[in-house]
Amino acid sequence: MIISVASGKGGTGKTTVAVNLALSVNENVQFLDCDVEEPNAHIFLKPKISRTLSFSTPVPKVDEGKCNYCGRCQEICAYNAIAVIKNKVLIFPEICHGCGGCILLCPQNALEETSKEVGIIQFGSSGAIDFVNGKVNVGQDTPAPLIRQVKKYINTTKTVFVDAPPGTSCPVVESVKGSDYCILVTEPTPFGLNDLTLAVEVMRKLKIPFGVIINRSDIGDGKVEDYCQAENIPILMKIPFNRDFAVSYSKGIPIVDAFPEFKTHYREILNKIKNHIEKKS
Amino acid sequence: MKEIVIVSGKGGTGKTMLTASFAALSKNAAFADCDVDAANLHILLNPTIIERYEFKGGKVAIIDKEKCKRCGACFAVCRFDAIVIKGFTIDPLSCEGCGVCAHICPEKAIKMEDKVSGEWFISKTKYGPFVHAKLAIAEENSGKLVSVVRQNTKSVAEKENRDLIIIDGPPGIGCPVISSITNTDIVLIVTEPTLSGMHDMARVAELAKHFKIKTFVVINKYDLNLEMTEEIEKYCQKNRIPLAGRINYDSKIPEAIVNKKIVVEYTDGIVARQIKNIWETIYAELN
Repeated sequence: MIISVASGKGGTGKTTVAVNLALSVNENVQFLDCDVEEPNAHIFLKPKISRTLSFSTPVPKVDEGKCNYCGRCQEICAYNAIAVIKNKVLIFPEICHGCGGCILLCPQNALEETSKEVGIIQFGSSGAIDFVNGKVNVGQDTPAPLIRQVKKYINTTKTVFVDAPPGTSCPVVESVKGSDYCILVTEPTPFGLNDLTLAVEVMRKLKIPFGVIINRSDIGDGKVEDYCQAENIPILMKIPFNRDFAVSYSKGIPIVDAFPEFKTHYREILNKIKNHIEKKS
Repeated sequence: MKEIVIVSGKGGTGKTMLTASFAALSKNAAFADCDVDAANLHILLNPTIIERYEFKGGKVAIIDKEKCKRCGACFAVCRFDAIVIKGFTIDPLSCEGCGVCAHICPEKAIKMEDKVSGEWFISKTKYGPFVHAKLAIAEENSGKLVSVVRQNTKSVAEKENRDLIIIDGPPGIGCPVISSITNTDIVLIVTEPTLSGMHDMARVAELAKHFKIKTFVVINKYDLNLEMTEEIEKYCQKNRIPLAGRINYDSKIPEAIVNKKIVVEYTDGIVARQIKNIWETIYAELN
């Protein structure tokens, strides 16, 4: 079972929920941190990293000997990542999407594929939890290829938790695609509601079953709850604001480590999710 | 004309809250919301939309079933798993609009069509002109839309003789953030006294350094963990990033937001004074 955790709005508690769920299940579990721009789960799970892979994407390289500066590559490139100016070919690797078009279609065969590191993938374990972390290099334009690669390491024999980034665009789509269920973590504020409605649209577009967790549920208004009820969206849990939790979080201590009695609550969330998935099938 | 962009690395640290307060404190500015996939600033600035435009970010491939001979050449070249063999259709959510399939199709059965992937708006607010956008659901090219918002904010600001642009930036360090900050005058990083906040602040600070942009840090909710606040301050000192100020954790702030009010207009307590001091520090730096 693959469960992703997303939100729309940043800072609502995705990583908190994902980490504490994984720790509450704690057997046959895999955790994937797909927030490759700002991965945080390692701060709480403190995994022992056993392997690090460099991840590269393809970029073109020009053989000036063969190139006749016809400019066909510039015409083909949909991203303005290659430019031909007088007798010079300029390549902008940060914006190259690695489609391979220029290389394939160069009439002189003057372009070849080389690669550029865009980030790393780390593998490790935290107690009984298998851990996979993607981290994109600072300055790298698009995290999507790295997220796609991290997802390839999903072990479907385990209960998999995928920590997604904030937002509603393609990094989130790449992270949640293929999940059996997505938990949307929100807060009961106008910002939370605004972004939740966008995240809900993403889930509906991707046809992924989903439910909501309202974090800091007592600081705000009832509009998120009203919205969920009106839209028939299950509320899996409401977590009241707790300054002790906030302090624990600030120190990188998972809630269920500091307050083990909360494991029951998180296991309950998982049972609700299993029931939803079973009902749908 | 000067420009400041407010970013964070980590989401939820208080960028929009602070940007809106700056808008209220400014005398002659224009504003932009560059967090195009989860825009919130409009909730506090209460804009009236004057102009709206479609954003055509990229293209999507479409296969003409009548011409398609199912040879699979497109499938062989697509690097994004966007060709669905069953039925020979395109998965629009995977298609990145590169056009390679259209170029190589021997039957010329594939066309690239413009995709409307969002909308952007020029609005007016009580505080000044405001440019914002909405990326369509699950779309990409958010960096491009950010550039459109930014360029148009500049044009509008010039037209209306504004001397400052204040930008609410997105979380993360990817291309929407890069598009928000390149060539700006000041990057202001809002962080929180948590390990996550500090980790993410360091990455966005590195990004700003990469682009050689003057950077400042604000520690929001600083009294939630004084030890962590000290750690962040040490980090800033070591990396020569000046601290623009600290803001208390105060229930007045979430209260203001729930009421869709700008903090410095909602309260004149300690957090309002702290925000005003930060504004004065940054304003002085810009001039």
